[in-house]
Amino acid sequence: MDAFYIIATASLFAISCSILGAFLILRKMAMVGDAISHAVLPGIVIAFLFTGSRDSITMIIGAGILGVFTTFLIEFFHRRARLQADAAIGVTFTWLFALGVIMVSLFAGQIDIDQDCVLYGEIAYVPLDLWISESGINFGPRALYVASGILIINLIFLFIGYKQLYITTFDPQYAATIGVGVTLWNYLLMGSVSMTTVAAFESVGAILIVALMVVPSACAYLLTQRLEQMILLGVLISIFISVVGYYLAAMIDGSIAGGIVTVSGCLFLMILLTQVLKKRGAKTTVSSPENLG
Amino acid sequence: MKVEATNPAVEFHDLTVSYDKKPVLWNIDMTLPQGALIGIVGPNGAGKSTLIKAAMGLLPLGSGYVRLFNQSLDEVRHRVSYVPQRESVDWDFPTSVLDVVLMGRYGKLGLFRRPSNTDKEIAMNCLKKVGMEAFTKRQISQLSGGQQQRVFLARALAQEADIYFMDEPFAGVDAATESALLGILQGLAKEGKTVVVVHHDLQSAAEFFDWIVLLNLRLVACGPIKDVFTNKLLQDTYGGKLTVLAEVGELVKNREIPSREKY
Ligand SMILES: Nc1ncnc2c1ncn2[C@@H]1O[C@H](COP(=O)(O)OP(=O)(O)OP(=O)(O)O)[C@@H](O)[C@H]1O
Ligand SMILES: [Mg+2]
Repeated sequence: MDAFYIIATASLFAISCSILGAFLILRKMAMVGDAISHAVLPGIVIAFLFTGSRDSITMIIGAGILGVFTTFLIEFFHRRARLQADAAIGVTFTWLFALGVIMVSLFAGQIDIDQDCVLYGEIAYVPLDLWISESGINFGPRALYVASGILIINLIFLFIGYKQLYITTFDPQYAATIGVGVTLWNYLLMGSVSMTTVAAFESVGAILIVALMVVPSACAYLLTQRLEQMILLGVLISIFISVVGYYLAAMIDGSIAGGIVTVSGCLFLMILLTQVLKKRGAKTTVSSPENLG
Repeated sequence: MKVEATNPAVEFHDLTVSYDKKPVLWNIDMTLPQGALIGIVGPNGAGKSTLIKAAMGLLPLGSGYVRLFNQSLDEVRHRVSYVPQRESVDWDFPTSVLDVVLMGRYGKLGLFRRPSNTDKEIAMNCLKKVGMEAFTKRQISQLSGGQQQRVFLARALAQEADIYFMDEPFAGVDAATESALLGILQGLAKEGKTVVVVHHDLQSAAEFFDWIVLLNLRLVACGPIKDVFTNKLLQDTYGGKLTVLAEVGELVKNREIPSREKY
């Protein structure tokens, strides 16, 4: 049963991440996921200090607000100060993360958050944190509910906003001319990224979320030519790497999150290789007559 | 030389637009007639794209205003269509030709509705008009530059707007196709639509346009083609660097009404 809980939680988070990641990659903003996952740290600390609680909802709200603020800062540096996008991202998230680290060490006595737990997480503990009702009924691991809730929110977001996300990603200027709120949808997307990141990093850790956001979608991008297919395939790949990653980790008795990312990296390399070979193959068949002559 | 339109679809009033406080369009004040094929002509960096972006509300205006059908852009957005320069999007995006053209219907769909079969038919029709019906399923990266340009044109047509602003819709399009597409735009103008096109080829401009705006940071001239497309005004626009102009004036003179019967 533990294996099922862990795999299910990992898959649900990975699916959420890959859906959002598809849009991030196409917007050439994959690293914004990285930035947000680090920059939300002060938000978590502040939320914690204000409410004194470590429950997921508080942390998600605190971090969500900071995630949107991060997006705002990046946009501001990029558009107003005319800094390159990557420089704007780099400045913003390192600074906010540093702020978070300082806050953690300042309030270390009052908070039991440490960078390690935020950065690396530990999905193996998922089955330990159970949701048990007052009357003593065991509903299963809490993280599974968080992961399901987040996925449902993301699916609703995707279902309602698909057209708008698609058009503002492909051609934001044109979208603006037909009255689609480009800025609004950008912030909605980044808000979802922040929310998902924070909800997931207790379980899988911030660094690994970045992998879940980028790698499955990047694999799908290489394999398809339609956005719907890219998202769907990203979802399938997410499930696949969660399952295989778990058993790889179980086999070598290593970190489960590490196993998942290792598998996704290998999958990406394999897909890339086959694509390159396919293209190479196509080229040699075309050019071979010249080679002979 | 400036002729005001009697039945204006677009009005630019004392428009000034700057990038980083440096003005690139000065005091543009003109009206464009309804139901005409209108060419915006001028050298590189003349501010043609800037003018169109300003009209589409994509840039903050330094001063002045733009009114369409005597209303603000927000009131008539659903009646206005825009064809951006081709370089403005990522053509490696995983999407098909038909899906891009269907975007032209999004303005009418609102937030919740998906494109219906009627929308798909309209999109298919527009693809037929630009001669791209054989490519509907193709990924957009697998098109030539001119074909990509035609997809953008089809998307704009699918909007069924009343005013079209097109930024170099024929860049990279071969001469035969360009004539065919200009014919379609002439047809739109005949139906009473207003089509504003940034255009570089003076020959075909002389052949097809009804109304010309000569632009070089300031408004050099605007009015019916036979008044405006003169050697002197073109030399003024291009800073006396043109040599082929003699023929262009001739083309306009020879054209008059007959060339209209071509389609
Ligand atoms: N984003 C920008 N920031 C600063 N200056 C700009 C920007 N875009 C354009 N310019 C400047 O504004 C002027 C007008 O540019 P615009 O793109 O409107 O020219 P154009 O007439 O469309 O030229 P082309 O025929 O090459 O398309 C140019 O001098 C250009 O350098
Ligand atoms: Mg231009």
